[in-house]
Amino acid sequence: MSIFVDEQTKVIVQGLTGGQGRFHGLRNRDYGTQIVGGVTPGKGGTDVEGIPVFHRVVEAVAATGATASFVVVPPPFAAAAILEAAAGGITFIVCITEGIPAHDEALTYNRLVEEFPGVRLLGPNCPGIISPGKCNIGITSGDIALAGGPVGIVSRSGTLTYQALHELSQQGIGQTTCVGIGGDPVPGTNFVDCLAAFEDDPETKAVMMIGEIGGSEEERAAEWIRAHMTKPVVAYVAGITAPPGRKMGHAGAIISGSKGTAGAKMDALREAGVFVCANPTEAGAKMVEIVRAL
Amino acid sequence: MDLFEYQGKQYFARYGIAISPGDVADTVEEALEVARRVGYPVVVKAQVKVGGRGKAGGVKLAHDDDEVRLHAGNILGLDIKGHVVKRLWIEHASDIEREYYASFTLDRPNRAHLGMLSAHGGVEIEVVAEETPDAIAFLSIDPVVGLDLATARRWVDEAQLDEVAREQAAELLVKLYDCYTKGDCDLAEINPLILTPDGRVHALDAKVTLDENASFRHPEWEQYRATDTEDPREKMAKERGLNYIGLDGTVGIIANGAGLAMSTLDVVNQVGGTAANFLDIGGGANADVMAAALEVINADPKVSAIFVNIFGGITRVDEVAKGVLAALERVEITSPIVLRLDGTNAVEGRAILQPHLNDHLMTEATMLDAARRVVALAKG
Repeated sequence: MSIFVDEQTKVIVQGLTGGQGRFHGLRNRDYGTQIVGGVTPGKGGTDVEGIPVFHRVVEAVAATGATASFVVVPPPFAAAAILEAAAGGITFIVCITEGIPAHDEALTYNRLVEEFPGVRLLGPNCPGIISPGKCNIGITSGDIALAGGPVGIVSRSGTLTYQALHELSQQGIGQTTCVGIGGDPVPGTNFVDCLAAFEDDPETKAVMMIGEIGGSEEERAAEWIRAHMTKPVVAYVAGITAPPGRKMGHAGAIISGSKGTAGAKMDALREAGVFVCANPTEAGAKMVEIVRAL
Repeated sequence: MDLFEYQGKQYFARYGIAISPGDVADTVEEALEVARRVGYPVVVKAQVKVGGRGKAGGVKLAHDDDEVRLHAGNILGLDIKGHVVKRLWIEHASDIEREYYASFTLDRPNRAHLGMLSAHGGVEIEVVAEETPDAIAFLSIDPVVGLDLATARRWVDEAQLDEVAREQAAELLVKLYDCYTKGDCDLAEINPLILTPDGRVHALDAKVTLDENASFRHPEWEQYRATDTEDPREKMAKERGLNYIGLDGTVGIIANGAGLAMSTLDVVNQVGGTAANFLDIGGGANADVMAAALEVINADPKVSAIFVNIFGGITRVDEVAKGVLAALERVEITSPIVLRLDGTNAVEGRAILQPHLNDHLMTEATMLDAARRVVALAKG
């Protein structure tokens, strides 16, 4: 099994006619994802390599039965696109857009929770989600993932997610689902959401978690793991040497005062029984060891 | 982007928040002109983006022209914790009855806005939070609902501001929330927010951090960008559109992706080295981006070895390898370069580099091995 998306998931791409939307949408289709439609206001009735394009999400949903949307639109329009997806009947939204203002994210997240409680948003500013061999929504290169499980991956960082996939795949260890939750201050889906889903997924036997500095999501994850998680978790937290007060690339990756340091996060995870590793290579090796001993 | 105090005050003023009459001055003559205009006594304040200005002698009271000449002359050019004062803010000095604290910021764990209000201002709020947490009235604000005057009134009551200050403070808090949200601030903080003996409430300081992701809807931020970075390396990187942060070490870092770049810093540190910078070249590691990145790193005199750490996803490693070679033809790099290339088409990428490898251009198979090699080179 997998979490959130599988071979049954029908996906539309909001922004399919744009450069990025086309590139990633077609790549996702080539991987085997059911990309059933695109949405671009003003371009309804056209198609992108056989994928029908609609003006509105609601039309696309009615015509295709899609339940998931891949949002690839520029930052000024992303919040509206997400809300349109939710209002149009989509229940799983993946938004890869980088550079959405924090206030738009906070407002959009709360509107989703209040007006569309059944909808899950992944991102923004995330690499997306891949259930290897079944469904790939986002920008992850399908080549580096390996189907068959038993490892679930959840990560705040894009390239470190790829690194983690690669380390495991090279050793012949597959993944159930790999979720990139993104590095922004208000993520739609957080570590706890993914850990809970992996805990419930019978095929996932162990979880790799990749955190980074800033915020307190890793600490909250640690609390949740301590109370609920029965499966082994291996973690790496990037930014041990990051200076306070500077945004390390991601808008969310910032140490404020003494809060949000990698050290504090690693301590919290370690105390919750997580195998905390000093770098991605070590984390990969530790996971290989755990899976081989299963 | 952090604003200087004077920029923060000017930003507040746009949203109708009361500040003391004042203006900026870059010379002693300008300081005199402003002081006479706003009326004595005045406060002469150093404009630096670092705390502890007062203790460093960067804030002085002046009662007449002579005192303005003296203090402005002393403060301009003063070095405060490595920040040289180039600009002053001169404002009419306020009599202070009481000092409060007010701020808005994003409460990330609760995905809501957080207002903090205290009748105990004028000191570091972290200290108040530590020693007398009950002295801070916290207000969680749903971004969908916002902050209205009725809620602000309950809030000033809860914070037990002086009776005479409450209505003005409540109105000011609504304006400050407006500035925080419409103005796309990550942080809007007033410390102290003062009550004067004649019963007026206004902002005596301003700490504003703007969310640069919102630049597209704030053309007025252009003026702040000009004064944003002082580090010449960061200026150069910014001009080239690179995501760069200057540090103090000797190993220049180039990586694709923020997480990998941070991780690269960590690994260099773990094997005994120090990073000269954080540099994320993003997904498209083509020759132009690689050349720009190498130029910026090369311009840093402290750098004695360079670590290029690339994980190919959609960006294929063979393209990155070609980009590195093309960049090296354009830029003459003084320090040795160690590359770690992994991911999609890594084998092809390494093969492209193979004929060009020498004691100035090396590859290693893993991040850890590459870190060890580059740190050894940096140490000579």
